[in-house]
Amino acid sequence: MTDPRDNVQQEFLAEAQELVEALSRDLLLLDEAHHRGERIDPALVNEIFRSVHTLKGIAGMFGYKHVGAVAHALEDLLDDLRLGRTAVGQNLLDILFDSVERFQSLLTLEDPQSPQEEAGVQQYIAAIRSVGIEEEVEEGDPIDKYAIDQAVLAVLTEYEEHRLRACIREGLRLYRLRASFDLMTIDDSIEALREQVQEEVEIITYLPSMEGGNEDTIELVVLLAARVSEEELKAEFEGRYGLIEAIAEQTHLPTLPPRRTSIPVLSMRPPSEDDGGQASLRSVADSVRVDIRKLDHLMSVVGELALVRSAVNRIVDRFKHDVTHRQSTMDLDRIGRGLERQLLELRTGILDVRMVPLGQVFNKLARIVRQSAREDDKQVRLVVTGANTEVDKLIVEELTDPLMHLVRNAVDHGIESPEARLQANKREEGTLALNAYHKGSNVVIEVEDDGGGMNAHLLRDEAIERGLLTVEASQELSRQEMLDLVFLPGLSTRSEVTDMSGRGVGMDVVKTNILRLGGMISIASEQGTGTKITVTLPITLAIIRALIVTVAARTFAFPITAVREAIPYMPNEVHTIHGRNVITLRGETLAICDLGQLFDLRKPGDREGKFVVVGSMGNRKLGFVVDELIGQEDVIIKSLGKSLSSVRGFAGATDLGDQKVALMLDAPALFTEYFEGPDVFRGLESRP
Amino acid sequence: MNFEKAASLSYDELIMRQYRCLVVEDSQTMRNMLAESLLRIPGMEVVTAENGLSGIRALASQKFDLVLTDVNMPVMDGLKLVRHVRGDPRHADTPVVVITTENAPNDRDRAMALGANAYIEKPIQAPRVIRAVKKLLEL
Repeated sequence: MTDPRDNVQQEFLAEAQELVEALSRDLLLLDEAHHRGERIDPALVNEIFRSVHTLKGIAGMFGYKHVGAVAHALEDLLDDLRLGRTAVGQNLLDILFDSVERFQSLLTLEDPQSPQEEAGVQQYIAAIRSVGIEEEVEEGDPIDKYAIDQAVLAVLTEYEEHRLRACIREGLRLYRLRASFDLMTIDDSIEALREQVQEEVEIITYLPSMEGGNEDTIELVVLLAARVSEEELKAEFEGRYGLIEAIAEQTHLPTLPPRRTSIPVLSMRPPSEDDGGQASLRSVADSVRVDIRKLDHLMSVVGELALVRSAVNRIVDRFKHDVTHRQSTMDLDRIGRGLERQLLELRTGILDVRMVPLGQVFNKLARIVRQSAREDDKQVRLVVTGANTEVDKLIVEELTDPLMHLVRNAVDHGIESPEARLQANKREEGTLALNAYHKGSNVVIEVEDDGGGMNAHLLRDEAIERGLLTVEASQELSRQEMLDLVFLPGLSTRSEVTDMSGRGVGMDVVKTNILRLGGMISIASEQGTGTKITVTLPITLAIIRALIVTVAARTFAFPITAVREAIPYMPNEVHTIHGRNVITLRGETLAICDLGQLFDLRKPGDREGKFVVVGSMGNRKLGFVVDELIGQEDVIIKSLGKSLSSVRGFAGATDLGDQKVALMLDAPALFTEYFEGPDVFRGLESRP
Repeated sequence: MNFEKAASLSYDELIMRQYRCLVVEDSQTMRNMLAESLLRIPGMEVVTAENGLSGIRALASQKFDLVLTDVNMPVMDGLKLVRHVRGDPRHADTPVVVITTENAPNDRDRAMALGANAYIEKPIQAPRVIRAVKKLLEL
């Protein structure tokens, strides 16, 4: 059992994290609108306000003193912003952006009340408070112009009242829409209504009318401010929702409802000890947060169940030809199949829960692009596609750091300064594209810039200079192979390392991280036009579909994501090029590697393998010679014990169900070993 | 309790429910905290909703002994909910407590003017919530 207080704390941190992410996302939208000189959507500002407001509320409950204090100051500033008492400007945006970083670091503090943070927090709060407030000059209340129901005015929040004033001041006309909604579908209907109203119309508020409504429906009064004519508005909304009427302007003076002061419920006494009694908690909220470890546990239960299923299968096989048990065997077989279907569904369901959109990471990246560009005095436009692409939560977590590094690199080293770009006949503003999409059971993420590109020959010279490559070996390298040198540890194309990309991590670390996730990274670059880095990852780490093969009577599993095809092996068709064994496959040269020899299971002269499994990683292919192909199976990978963790070439082991264990081949490592092993770079022709 | 006797009891009697309370709050952390606080009151059942609209939906089919609602929420805020409760003859007498913040006195005053019975200021603490609810339920 875990400490329930711990759980509550976790829940708080998860919600706080979500709020900060939402804040960050909305700030980017705000920043974008501001820089384009577009109208700032008041709903967006209100959303930002609400995130900070909620954060303040929950931080207070959990003793996150600094988070609460910062949120409080920001809330005041944002309140002024949403109520039109101050305007969006560069200074304000910078302060708001700072808050994201600050919240994140304050939320990870060991001691949320840490006195060491006090000074920094106070300084930041002073900065927030120093953002100027432009007092609004009020000349009479514009709301007085209209004959709005007192009953409606009484229900407006301060924010809504402000929007109402602002709209009237801007010359928008007021309308009332009366519509009946089905209680079951009202959320979607309101969402649809909100989407339909864009630039020309603003929803000030909607409230339940005092009349209509029963158990299934509810009548809402929607107060709209619009720039368009009554006819247009009627054409747009009346058929779909209900009756539209213009609110008349009036001559006599109404008054806003009195702002009565009231007495709060006081309670100084500690709560009495309540125990016993039956209680139940029902919720109409429709989503839950789940600890990923719980899902991991469920997944391993599914794995155990799959083993049960295999056991049933084996019994069926054993009795298949036994006439005396025929009926029972058939029944058992049917039950087994049913079990398998349900298991598949259960597994798909659990996997589905683990999936989160990449958008979460992209938002962080967008912030980094903005920050790096400012620090480097560069202009960068970020274009994101496929933010909805879903990936296993664990992968998303592990992916953030490598992607952050790639993005920083692209801004720092890829995209040129505005002057250099103009000289090269490019637009002043560089473009950085982040694309994500699914490709089979992989997800592909591309980081593409239209900057200066990489100089392959410079990379090669650098590698030679640092002793990572011999001059002889360098002569055999293709352009692509030269570019791939960037992933070698200890290589950098620039001697001076900027603050951002530096920090001791290079492309080799990025590559290691991606490989650890079972992924692959490849690079394409044209000098003068730009660089594209492609990261290919499995969608989930929890279950892998594998091709089971045997080599010298031992069973191995290939991750199917790395397998292109399997073909019969004809030893007499093998040639040797540069010391590597190759065959020709549909006119293309394919390097092959005999797993029997690689693992030293087969001595020269032993029976040769019968099949070639063609593996592919990024844009490379390699054939692995194996003895038999057993078939495809979904396997759950268990990591190798500590004593074996340093053995290269294996990603783990898997239980195949009949008490047989297969080693899972680590395809990326095998590729690396084969193509980039020291023998290749040192020009040794030792491969048989 | 024997089975025959159990079968003759209504659901409410079976779970010994005496009060049902609606908690409307958009923050999950806060919602759970409020619900858990209320559940310390013996015989309490809590129904939660994440905004005013969900609250109205819950009110359409059930009766409550008390409504505890936040003011600032997405989709539909607490002021509308207060008005809806007061406007619906089925719930007109149901006590409503609103959760407000010190820097939104106007919204708080509006809620009270619309007929809320009490307000509690953030930051919320369980003992204060329990005290307020008990007072309104005359416990």
